[in-house]
Amino acid sequence: MDTQIADPTLITYDVERVRADFPVLSRTVHDKKGKPGKPLVYLDSAASAQKPRQVIDAMTRFLEEDYSNIHRGVHFLSQTATDQFEAVRGKVARFLNAPSERNIVFTRSATEAVNLVAHSYGRAFLSEGDEVIVSIMEHHANIVPWQLLQADKGVRIKVVPVDDRGVLDLDAYADLLSDRTKLVAITHCSNVLGTVTPAKEIARLAHERGVPVLFDGSQAAVHGVVDVQNIDADFYVMTGHKLYGPTGTGVLYGKYDLLKKMPPYQGGGDMIESVSFEGTTFKLPPARFEAGTPAITEVIGLGAALDYIESLGREAIAAHEHDLLRYATEKLSQVEGVRIIGTAPGKGPILSFTVEGVHPHDVGTIVDQYGVAVRVGRHCAEPLSERFGVGPTARASFALYNTRAEADALVSSVIAVKEFFGA
Amino acid sequence: MMDELRELYQEVILDHGKNPRNFRHPDDANREAKGENPMCGDRFMIYLKLKDGVVEDVAFQGRGCAISTASASMMTEVVKGKTEAEAKALFETFHDLCTKDDHEHGDHGPVDEEAMEKLMVMSGVRQFPVRVKCATLAWHAMNAAIEGQDKASSE
Ligand SMILES: Cc1ncc(COP(=O)(O)O)c(C=O)c1O
Repeated sequence: MDTQIADPTLITYDVERVRADFPVLSRTVHDKKGKPGKPLVYLDSAASAQKPRQVIDAMTRFLEEDYSNIHRGVHFLSQTATDQFEAVRGKVARFLNAPSERNIVFTRSATEAVNLVAHSYGRAFLSEGDEVIVSIMEHHANIVPWQLLQADKGVRIKVVPVDDRGVLDLDAYADLLSDRTKLVAITHCSNVLGTVTPAKEIARLAHERGVPVLFDGSQAAVHGVVDVQNIDADFYVMTGHKLYGPTGTGVLYGKYDLLKKMPPYQGGGDMIESVSFEGTTFKLPPARFEAGTPAITEVIGLGAALDYIESLGREAIAAHEHDLLRYATEKLSQVEGVRIIGTAPGKGPILSFTVEGVHPHDVGTIVDQYGVAVRVGRHCAEPLSERFGVGPTARASFALYNTRAEADALVSSVIAVKEFFGA
Repeated sequence: MMDELRELYQEVILDHGKNPRNFRHPDDANREAKGENPMCGDRFMIYLKLKDGVVEDVAFQGRGCAISTASASMMTEVVKGKTEAEAKALFETFHDLCTKDDHEHGDHGPVDEEAMEKLMVMSGVRQFPVRVKCATLAWHAMNAAIEGQDKASSE
């Protein structure tokens, strides 16, 4: 009997098999009069990821066989649907290494999760003159909810800078922390620079002052293993559509003692214990924060997406994406006139760049003609684009289904842009 | 497909994009309006010198892509010397050119045919719906300035 166990690091990641799971990846774009155009090179997963067959099938199967409203019926289907929906809560808890599924609130998106905390926690526990610390590289989803709170309650927003590589200035952060700080809300991975922030250290410094920390894990949860207990996050948010799941699904993780003392965010069905016009009592979290009928089918899809990710292995995915980032960065930096924005060590697979003499919008249109889908603009992070003095940029992001050949396609399309503009 | 790119980025457009005309802030401008596309970060200021209902001078400054810069540049060339009504008619006609098929073009009163001929080079954007905003940004701002507003209303 052969007892030898293969070294797991020698098992190569079979990206072609992975690609076969994603129906859309086999299509061409810009087809003309029945003639196929260019193969799709999808490098915009940081905006939203494509969906594997497993997710599509899980949703279809659920709709065909088990669909019903949840938490409301004594009938068979309602119970089946409720069980499947609640099972996903458990999957999310395991995905984040949360202590329990009670810590997991389903929302529509990361945006709604941040708004939930700003609205509920923010209004209940912050008042005039209190400070919220964010970083300069936040997505608007982690800026504007705090600005609304600022307008409403008179809280102040303090901004942690980054250096020229895009590394968070931890010293500046430590200096900003004070007795006035009541909440820290910082990204775990920048959607523009790819910078991964030192979450554990950020939380430790805040906790020394008893300040809770929210991490925006919209990107971080996609590209690596997140352990909310290890980093000691008080709140952690993520969004399903970037995790190869459907739109309309988001997650708020919260420490239970915090969730428990927070007032409801929205009112409606499912979140109440009893309703009368003399007074209404609310359920315990997470139900308290899930008013109304949720995106049931989509949550089922999210569960399938998490299963899919786990089946490939999060370390294996991260290693594959890292290889692509390194490869593409090296190739793209060799193109004269290309400037890469965001060079923090250990960054996520997000590659923002500019081409000298060519506006990113024109870069986007031209590479698109070669089938290459990148995002152009300010990526919902205007303060950051001002910080780097570059205005808008083009951004290629790499996902579990991308290949080195696609990185090559990006680079040659960028060279074509330069030729086109004589830049 | 590359033909369409050539159609969009005609030599004239690349030239205006690289060397925009009337790229300045006239001292005697008496109207100005901002045109901004928050999605891609294009941002222009359009300056007008209006006297007795005539656009005596028009210029712009700002930052944008090749399409929006070229369009702003060409706009300043054709609008200069026009009456307010003529400038608005050009705006409406140009807007149709970028957004509608020929047979759907409306009648916006008498327009300078020669100017429209020149602006024809921009019609390639019709094949690129997401770029229509780039082509019309400066025009919206010019129109706003004539109407006495300080920024182009986003559609
Ligand atoms: C870092 C980051 N935070 C928040 C969001 C918002 O996600 P959603 O629009 O799904 O709420 C995004 C994505 O757009 C993001 O990249």
